Amino acid sequence: MSDIARARGIRRVVRATLGRAYPRIIGANRERSWLFYDTILPLLGTIAFVYVYKALGAPDRFVGYVIMGGATMAFWMNVMWNMAAQFYWDKQGGNLELYMVLPCGIVPILLGMSFGGFIGTLVRAVAIIVIGSVLFHVTYTITQLPLFLLIFAVGIIALYGLGVTFASVFLMWGREAWHMAELFMEPVFLASGFYFPVRALGFWVGMGTSIIPLTLALDAMRQLLFPESHPALLPVRFELTALVGLAVVFIFVARLSLRKMEYLARREGRLSLRF
Amino acid sequence: MSNLAIETQDLVRTYRARKAPGNPLGAPVVALDGVTLDIPPGEFFGLLGPNGAGKTTFIKVLVTLLLPTSGSARVAGFDVVGQAQQVRERISMVSGGEHSGYGLLTVREQLWMFSQFYGMPTRTALARIDELLRVVGLYEERSRRVSALSTGMRQKMNMVRGLLPDPEILFLDEPTVGLDVEAARDVRAYIKEWIHAAPGRTILLTTHYMHEAEELCDRVAIIHKGRIVACDTPAALRRRTAGGTYFILTTEPLDGTAWVSQVPGVQRADARASDGRTELRLQLADDGVIAGVVKALADRERRIFSLQKIEPSLEDVFVQIVGRRLEEADEGGRA
Repeated sequence: MSDIARARGIRRVVRATLGRAYPRIIGANRERSWLFYDTILPLLGTIAFVYVYKALGAPDRFVGYVIMGGATMAFWMNVMWNMAAQFYWDKQGGNLELYMVLPCGIVPILLGMSFGGFIGTLVRAVAIIVIGSVLFHVTYTITQLPLFLLIFAVGIIALYGLGVTFASVFLMWGREAWHMAELFMEPVFLASGFYFPVRALGFWVGMGTSIIPLTLALDAMRQLLFPESHPALLPVRFELTALVGLAVVFIFVARLSLRKMEYLARREGRLSLRF
Repeated sequence: MSNLAIETQDLVRTYRARKAPGNPLGAPVVALDGVTLDIPPGEFFGLLGPNGAGKTTFIKVLVTLLLPTSGSARVAGFDVVGQAQQVRERISMVSGGEHSGYGLLTVREQLWMFSQFYGMPTRTALARIDELLRVVGLYEERSRRVSALSTGMRQKMNMVRGLLPDPEILFLDEPTVGLDVEAARDVRAYIKEWIHAAPGRTILLTTHYMHEAEELCDRVAIIHKGRIVACDTPAALRRRTAGGTYFILTTEPLDGTAWVSQVPGVQRADARASDGRTELRLQLADDGVIAGVVKALADRERRIFSLQKIEPSLEDVFVQIVGRRLEEADEGGRA
């Protein structure tokens, strides 16, 4: 074996995770265009809904719903375009086969993608909230900040767990990841209640769409930001419990799907473009 | 445990194929057809063959990217199916035309990222990155974005990436493809230096450049349609070629050449007249026989203009074994 110092076990997992997160955090921000594409453009959609609500004379809290939805949407877009579809892009660029033969395994690579993507998206989401709130004079009443942060964290873990599962699925069956990601955009914007309280779709439809972690996370966070005025789908504690359940299930499913994906890909030669 | 660096036994790999005019039943495509090879530690081994011969599939099985359909393969003594993790701890791979990594990162950042996947401490990694960048002549470009590198620079960076973890076994899949002459020469020079810098380092190189295999490899296997059709040192392969070494001798016009065949040791002599000269193509029992031919010409007062010793190349070996030149085989493979 080589004389060069190389960590193993958890230290290697941490280093590999941070290594993979690096281009997400540093690299992406080198292209200043993200300010336009990831902040200004989503804000335009958000602002359009704000004016719809204003034109209808809806209560001010609806403006807050929309801004929260716009910020949360950034995470969904990050999960779909930069997590679920990432292996597909990596396969096209030749990274995937290098990742698959790394001694650290693929898990730290995915953790790094998630962590880096989350940090990068957090900046964008905060920018949307700050700009939107300042523009439209939205005020929030966070009565239970720790609970709010806990819901956000659990929701994000469940969401990125779903992203990892999708990454495996896209790799194996996604002929064109672009189209697959598109497929999950607009319907999810509608079904998860990004721009309105999901309860408006009806209780059972709302429950059905709760398979997407953002549905419950957004509803719970809105309840905490606009207490007593938000039409809740479920009480916050139930939504938190369900989110924890989703997080566990998605992480478990992600692990299984990754193993299965690696086996199938090695058997069928789907990790690389040329033989 | 085997002490071979790479060992394969009857290795077979097939791919599912769709129905097509050339394959109406959708029969599986056989990429590797019973490959058996032993490569000891420390050897620079070349796998030579046209496009579609099975070279890359062979590497992909060995680096654990593909499962064999049947047969077995061991790398550094570990089974590529059941002990993939142990194999991955000991290998590295660089492919030609590779566009791995992220264009927004600088060369140094990109290499640092890969070093982290091997768990290298940052200080160690950066020192090693700088050292390797200097060796391949890319140090001055360390702060340049990857997206701004030329193909040659990029491939040098890929080589550094492959060597960063100091692997026991390095797999090089057409590492100089697409490079200009100078860059390809630099890459070849460096890998030749690397393998000899420490005992036990092994390289498996796939290439369809004959001269590359000839220049670099201790042993070469010729793979054709998924089968190893010859495997030996380049010199032994050349010796095996029908015709072997021959001489071309240009002299003043000769009236007849029958007497040349009478010189002891001359196995075959063919003459061709052109531009008022005679060109003799001589196949001899050994190199010393040429002295007798020269003396016989001097006795006949014929001036010698030139004398050339021609050794068969791997290209000749390839043509003899496969029946076509490598470029023709490539075109056949692509058709």
